[in-house]
This record gives sequence, structure tokens and C-alpha cells, in this order.
Amino acid sequence: MCTGIVETAEVSGSGKGPEGWFKLEQVNVSYDHPVDAAFEHALNIDFVNPKEGPGARVAVELNPNSARKLVEAILTALARGEK
Amino acid sequence: MHPYTTDMYEGMLAETIMLPGHSGEIINAYYARPLGPGPFPGVVLIHHMPGWDELYREFTRKFAHHGYLAISPNIYFRFGHASPDDMSAKVRGSGGVPDASVVGDIDGSARYLKSLPLSNGKVGVFGTCSGGRQAFLVACRTKTFDAAVNCWGGNVVQPKEKLTPAQPVAPIDYTKDLSCPLLGLFGEEDKNPTPENVRQLEEELKKYGKNYDFTMYPGAGHGFFYYPSVAYRPEAAVDGWKKMFTFFEKYLGTPGRER
Repeated sequence: MCTGIVETAEVSGSGKGPEGWFKLEQVNVSYDHPVDAAFEHALNIDFVNPKEGPGARVAVELNPNSARKLVEAILTALARGEK
Repeated sequence: MHPYTTDMYEGMLAETIMLPGHSGEIINAYYARPLGPGPFPGVVLIHHMPGWDELYREFTRKFAHHGYLAISPNIYFRFGHASPDDMSAKVRGSGGVPDASVVGDIDGSARYLKSLPLSNGKVGVFGTCSGGRQAFLVACRTKTFDAAVNCWGGNVVQPKEKLTPAQPVAPIDYTKDLSCPLLGLFGEEDKNPTPENVRQLEEELKKYGKNYDFTMYPGAGHGFFYYPSVAYRPEAAVDGWKKMFTFFEKYLGTPGRER
């Protein structure tokens, strides 16, 4: 599959890449080919800062079930923290 | 065909070069050729969505090994430079590479090959994944090519809701302008293109009386040439490469190694 499915959002925070910590500005969430994970397609998340170049990236490639678990974990943690 | 024997001399040059692409802008490209005076047919390789990566360098050298002037332009050049996977992520997050620049870069690469004193004047185009779509697109939008190979190109059939500023027209809508013979290799389990998408393209090719040859491999999905991944299907890949070399030899002339 070669979907081109991508959703983008502005985010604020920090991420740690190969050069150390950097400010995050954007997250790109795609359902497409992974580079490393052993699936034909994956839910890929790239936290990036376009101003610092293509290498300013924190990447994960998850199978769809793992991605759903991540969403649930994030929402649960937010709900508990923001009570 | 004269098969390789172990007493044959064999040599290859492979390196990064610069060439004029879309609108004459200079881009980089990976170029591999057999040693010797030629003349050699040429092939332009359009890298897949995961980037201008090691696999495409290997594919480029494979064509040179089989007697072709082979060139793989970096169609992500204008987005900057980083590791291939970081560049792929950047292009994906930016809405994809525009069709117009791809057509210009691939056309420029073919013209570069044809300008070489080693060239026999014939050039084919080959692409996988998004590159398969683009191989079909460039074969419709230019008259530069003598043969085209579309390997599992998704989004050739592109409904209106999937069109984007970078991809404003579905390639299938250009079918009447296809300017050379087309070979298509597809997997029955692929979700983009689906067998139904392939059938739709085939109908359009028939409608305009185009020269095409499609193979649909059972048990294969998307990317069955990619041996480092779970998508690899050895039987389909071996047969696909064989079909491709036979096809290119028919329309581009005898490759160099057989001399």
C-alpha cells in the first residue's frame, strides 16, 4: 500500500532526537509504509521542527493496535492529570 | 540473449552526479553504467515513497550490471538533505512531491542519458510504489521514453477527493497520451492499487489501443521486490525482474553486457 494518508497538527513541547533535545512545532501522523518496522503498513508518528531541518525528528512506527493503545493511554493519562 | 559466463570481463562505474531537472534546476542523481564504449540503452529509476535510499542504489547498479546506463534522480532534492528516511518523512509531512517537478526531473534525467556518447538513443523508465505511478505519469506527459514499467503504482486511479495541490490530476486521466509500451507488475493482495484499480487502468489502456502487458501475482501484496522487508515475495520478484529485462530488451535494444 502506498496511501499518502497523513494528518498534521501544530504542537508545542520538546523532543529528543539524535542531536539532543529540540523544540517541537509539528506532528505528522501517517498510515503508510514504515521504514524499519516489520509491517507492510504502519501508523507512523513524526514529531518535527521544520525550522531545524529534516533531521530534527522523533519518529515511531506502530502497528494499528499499538497505535490505538497509545491513544487510550494518552487520553487516560490526560484525564487523570487534568481532574 | 547471451548469458553471462565466468570468463567475461565486467566493470561498472557508479557515482553521484548533478544534472538539470525540472525547469533546468540542478539536482543530484545516482548514476551507474557498465564500463566500455557502448552503445548502451538507458533506464531512469524513480525511487519509491520511502526515499532515495540504499535499495534504489542497488536497483540502479543492477541495471548497470545488466548492461544499461542507469540513473536514479533524487526527486526530493528541493526539500533539503538528511538521511533518506528523514527526507521521506519531511516530504510526506509537506503533502508529497509535486507531480510537475517529478515529470521535469525524470524527463531531464532521460535527456541527460540520451546526450551521452555511450547512449544508443533509447531510454526506459522504471518505478515502484509512488515511483510506479510517476513512471506511468511521465510516460503520458512526455514523449521522451521508449518503454515504461509501473510496479504496483498506487493512486494512478485517484478519485477527486484524493487529489491534492501536489497531485492535481489522476494519472489515469492522461492514458490517451501514453507515448510508449507499458509493463505493469502488481500483487493480488495489494490495497493500493487494488486488483480493481488495475482492472480500471487496463480498461482505459484498451479503450485507447495502447501497448501494455500486465501481470498480477497471487500471494503478493505491495512492494514484493523489497527483499529487506516483509513484503518480499521471492517467486514474484524473480519472475518480475525477468519480465522487466525481457521487456526493456525488446523496446530499448540489446543491453551492453551481451556484447
